[in-house]
Amino acid sequence: MLKINNLHASVEDKVILTGLNLEVKPGEVHAIMGPNGAGKSTLGYVLSGRDGYEVQQGDVSFKGEDLFEMDIEERASNGLFLAFQYPVEIPGVSNMEFMKESVNATREQRGEERLSATEFLKKAKEACNQVQLPLDFLKRGVNEGFSGGEKKRNEIMQMILLQPSLCILDESDSGLDVDALQVVANGVNSQRDSTRSFIIITHYQRLLDYIKPDFVHILADGKIVKTGDASLALRIEKEGYAFLGKEYEGASA
Amino acid sequence: MSEQIEQALDRKYEAGFYSQIESDTFETGLDESVIRRISEMKKEPQWMLDWRLKAYKTWLKMDEPDWAHVKYPKIDFQAISYYSAPKSMADKPQSLDEVDPELLRTYEKLGIPLHEQEMLAGVAVDIVFDSVSVITTFRAKLEESGVIFCSISEALHRFPDLVKKYLGSVVPRADNYFAALNSAVFTDGSFVYIPKGVRCPMELSTYFRINEMNTGQFERTLIIAEEGSHVSYLEGCTAPQRDENQLHAAVVELVALDDAVIKYSTVQNWYPGDENGKGGIFNFVTKRGICHTNAKISWTQVETGSAVTWKYPSCILKGDNSVGEFYSVALTRGYQQADTGTKMIHLGKNTRSTIIAKGISAGNSNNTYRGLVKMGPKADGARNFTECDSLLIGNKCGAHTFPYIESRNPSAIVEHEATTSKVSDEQLFLCRQRGLNPEKAVSMIVNGFCKEVFKELPMEFAVEAGKLLEISLEGSVG
Repeated sequence: MLKINNLHASVEDKVILTGLNLEVKPGEVHAIMGPNGAGKSTLGYVLSGRDGYEVQQGDVSFKGEDLFEMDIEERASNGLFLAFQYPVEIPGVSNMEFMKESVNATREQRGEERLSATEFLKKAKEACNQVQLPLDFLKRGVNEGFSGGEKKRNEIMQMILLQPSLCILDESDSGLDVDALQVVANGVNSQRDSTRSFIIITHYQRLLDYIKPDFVHILADGKIVKTGDASLALRIEKEGYAFLGKEYEGASA
Repeated sequence: MSEQIEQALDRKYEAGFYSQIESDTFETGLDESVIRRISEMKKEPQWMLDWRLKAYKTWLKMDEPDWAHVKYPKIDFQAISYYSAPKSMADKPQSLDEVDPELLRTYEKLGIPLHEQEMLAGVAVDIVFDSVSVITTFRAKLEESGVIFCSISEALHRFPDLVKKYLGSVVPRADNYFAALNSAVFTDGSFVYIPKGVRCPMELSTYFRINEMNTGQFERTLIIAEEGSHVSYLEGCTAPQRDENQLHAAVVELVALDDAVIKYSTVQNWYPGDENGKGGIFNFVTKRGICHTNAKISWTQVETGSAVTWKYPSCILKGDNSVGEFYSVALTRGYQQADTGTKMIHLGKNTRSTIIAKGISAGNSNNTYRGLVKMGPKADGARNFTECDSLLIGNKCGAHTFPYIESRNPSAIVEHEATTSKVSDEQLFLCRQRGLNPEKAVSMIVNGFCKEVFKELPMEFAVEAGKLLEISLEGSVG
């Protein structure tokens, strides 16, 4: 699905990623943890192609193709999805309109037919129910006046609608209470299957109580310094990042 | 990423072609004899000529206004031709079959088929080409219900009393510099009369086209809605692409008598000039309506063209309980400058007005909202709500707001809200991450910003406005 080889990247001349390697196979769930400023969100942005994130070195193949040869929207319609940490508002554009265009753009890219309004509405309602958002959210402007938790659930709703093959969740758990966390986790779990892969960026192990990862990686200083199974996350919860070495002592989990 | 936004907005001006049509055009220059010639060609009654000459004399004594937030080279009024008409118009065609086919082709190219059977059902069109009205469609059908829709030149002959009574009654001859000039030299325009209690059976519209070089277009529109009547009127405008600036100075007067409703919509797409700011139309227009008791006037405008726009469609809320509305989208890009807004003059009791103005600035353009809300001493319980939003695209453009509020009545309520926002890289990134290309993304964001105004446009025009901004209006119309 995704193969990252020796990735170096910077933002505004500040080097953030320094030789990151990661392989994600179909159906796998990878959690990425790490101290603040380690480059976790940068990884999500570099993979999705955000402007201002410069790749200096390394290569990434996505479904066997060179990811960096693709535009942002090409990556998206090829199945790469990023759930944003801070979803932005688009006033006046309804969620419904936005997602219908989005789903259809993706379908067109894949050579599938556009969904009719009725077909789309049916799917949108199902997705809304799945993340327990009232149906009037479809009519409201994209993220307009949504609470933090509603924005996060809205992101998962979009993920369910778009049916991507690689989902990158950037701190989709931050700022959520336990109930909302469970809704988000259920949304994610409902999409897990043998072909769809996930990269879950998080600070907290508690999300991993609900979404069982196949691998947990610790990202520090721009590269993956340790890889383990779910028990690694539990250890971080207990001990912080101090065991990685002296320089991480005191870094909060 | 801002570059991509710029590219997305950078569209060709599709109405920029010139039609090879033989014309009778006056030599350039303006003096009394030119005005006499215009009046003579139109076989106008003496009072009309006197009215024009008085306006001309007033104009000579007036100074060009300089308070608007726009800059442009001084206009040489002697370098403009004040009359140009297709030769084929010497004998006004009585039906479409008699209209010069080249003229018909011009409108087909602009996407306005004139053959009645091909037209959007339910829209009657008056076609103004340079200085003259070419043809008005669906007249017979309209006259069945007593609605008069014809050129103002024709109205002067057929309904002189109506014209004499109302012409200049809302925008007086000496109202302002450009209105005075228009009063002196106006050549044609549309005339609408809706009799008492009649709901006009179709949308009425006028399509203005400037074709000839060095000509100015000075049209005059007069709409009279008798008691309890109802009319929706649309206007559209385009011009060829040229290096020289051309002047368009129109006057529109609306009279809404007791309980009447007039809805007036504009999609303005005059040539805006090239990417370096060369050429384009100077659009200096005076539009005003008067509302008698319980009457309502609603202005909706989508302004995307012209090099310089100077325009304030206004309402005088004279009668008690009358209502004025102004919904506006003004998009400027390249080196365009727009200074536009409205005046709501509350004179009667319990008069209400709503102003929703959306300005979108891109490129090196400047976009100004200027609006006056005036509450007269007798306007007990009057209310105004103003919302004025600016959207900036890129970092070389400007958005300005000049609200004027004058209240002389302690029971009147005036509200003003204003916001300024930018199409952010973040919004664009979100859209693209969801698979939308940058053009589609910008369209969608701009469309969302304009939604409150677009929903006020009649269906047929909303489509045109959407195309203009390259915006899909799916889901927001209807």
